[in-house]
Amino acid sequence: MEETLKIIVLVKHVPDAQFDRHLTGEGYTTDRDESILSELDEYALEAALQLAEARGGAKAGNQVIALSMGASGAVNAVKKSLQMGATEGVHLTDSALAGSDAAATSLALAAAIRHLGTGAPVDLILTGMASTDGETSLVPAQLAERLGLPQVTFASSLTVDGGRLTARRDADTYSETVEATLPAVVSVTDQINEPRYPNFKGIIAAKRKSITTLSLADIGVDPAHVGHAGSWTTVTAAEERPPRTAGTIITDEGDAGVRLVDFLAAQKLL
Amino acid sequence: MANVLVFIDNPGDALKKSTLELLTLGRSLGETAVALNGDLHQDVSATLAEYGVTAVFRPSAQDLDDYLVSAKAAYLAAAAGAASAGTVLLDNSPEGKEIAARLGIRLNAGVITDVVAVDADGTAHKSVLAGSYTTSARTTTAVSVLTVKANNVTPGPASVVSAPETSTIEVPADGTATAARITAREQKAASGRPDLSDARIVVAGGRGVDGDFGPVEQLADALGAAVGASRAATDAGWISHDAQVGQTGRTVSPQLYISAGISGAIQQKAGMQTAKIIVAVNKDAESPIFEIADFGIIGDLFDVLPQATQEIKKRKG
Repeated sequence: MEETLKIIVLVKHVPDAQFDRHLTGEGYTTDRDESILSELDEYALEAALQLAEARGGAKAGNQVIALSMGASGAVNAVKKSLQMGATEGVHLTDSALAGSDAAATSLALAAAIRHLGTGAPVDLILTGMASTDGETSLVPAQLAERLGLPQVTFASSLTVDGGRLTARRDADTYSETVEATLPAVVSVTDQINEPRYPNFKGIIAAKRKSITTLSLADIGVDPAHVGHAGSWTTVTAAEERPPRTAGTIITDEGDAGVRLVDFLAAQKLL
Repeated sequence: MANVLVFIDNPGDALKKSTLELLTLGRSLGETAVALNGDLHQDVSATLAEYGVTAVFRPSAQDLDDYLVSAKAAYLAAAAGAASAGTVLLDNSPEGKEIAARLGIRLNAGVITDVVAVDADGTAHKSVLAGSYTTSARTTTAVSVLTVKANNVTPGPASVVSAPETSTIEVPADGTATAARITAREQKAASGRPDLSDARIVVAGGRGVDGDFGPVEQLADALGAAVGASRAATDAGWISHDAQVGQTGRTVSPQLYISAGISGAIQQKAGMQTAKIIVAVNKDAESPIFEIADFGIIGDLFDVLPQATQEIKKRKG
């Protein structure tokens, strides 16, 4: 294959879903003290690395740029990406970004991607299927709309050839094949690959890779258009759901199936 | 009153329950128009009138289904303009959310997903962080785009039947120019079971089914339920990935969730803990699922599920 690719992978640092997660502060934003690279973004990074490696990797001029937006902790998502094999890291950070909703996030990311595309244009923007915290899945589609690009979401396979991509998507009642011209925004599912673990060599190599820090001024975004002020949605109240409490627990003594049906009947669920 | 636009995508010959819910919710917020994609069957027309719909828009193009999302978003943006809509309501399906996402950018409108209720003043309610919080949210824009989860509104017809006028909306060319094109589609074999996302009852199996979903499927069929699965079961290849409930699969909020042979770790809980009633069957008394189950059975699913299936069949006669 002759073509080389310049791929941007959007990576997000999210609270670890293994533990309790909390909304804090005036805008009810997520507490990110104990954050990690979103598990779902590792699939996007792996997909990018495989596309690059199939074309000779970094030596042949392929670029895999991990881009993360967020406060200082977001740089950890970039570092992990570099350890996995991304060639460059970019951390978009600015105090004015705090509290950005999907619309404001997509505005800032679109500007950052345009900025990174000056000189050599970007061929592909890859994301995970959702963040494991916000869970809205809005950003990839909004990014595509802002950049005027095709979006291919929930790809469970992805090939790129001659400036076109082909992807497979699986829905409940059908599977479909989708084609689009590059550049495009693609989100991938956890079915597309098995992400690698960073190995010792990767961890050492990552230390030598540079992380570029960008501010809103660098990418030409007015701070009034992002953050709480620039968001189009606002959270007015948040309440922690009372934890579910255990109900009746029985041990099967040969009649538990019947007792299950008794319970359903009592709840008027039959 | 404000104007509401409801998007209905390819309804076929009857409106789904979740669509009737959107129409009922829309009517509580204002005059409701419908932007339809696909054929307009006469039975669907009649239902729209029963639900008090004031206008029906149809696209000038018949090929919106050939493109991913952006063509429908472009059509809907034009329809929202024609309807002077202050609120646009869509399904909370993955496609519904993506159409909403692009529509929001086109209309400079805030988008709120996973909505379960909307107040008269436009405040939307939803749960976040896998159901551990409930939040109230508003848009700060002239137009609001909301995707609404199924099974949260009781659908009901309007007190007065309407006589909606149908008109055609010109689909903007830029909706298809940059769109990904669907080049092939294979239908999967229909299970005949309800859709997992909207199902009133879900019966789900996990590692404990050990490759045999038979008892889970038979109980589901006796209850008219959808079949779900934990990630362990889908990763093992025992059932299609589409059935996965959890953090990386589907989030469901049915009236009843029966969990069989699933430990109930956080990844699974994230997808089902907003179910109204949870029933758990597991051999391991220490399984975390018992901490959140309304009715838990410590026992072998291969004994309990078939017995329950028999009993339901007996009682239903």
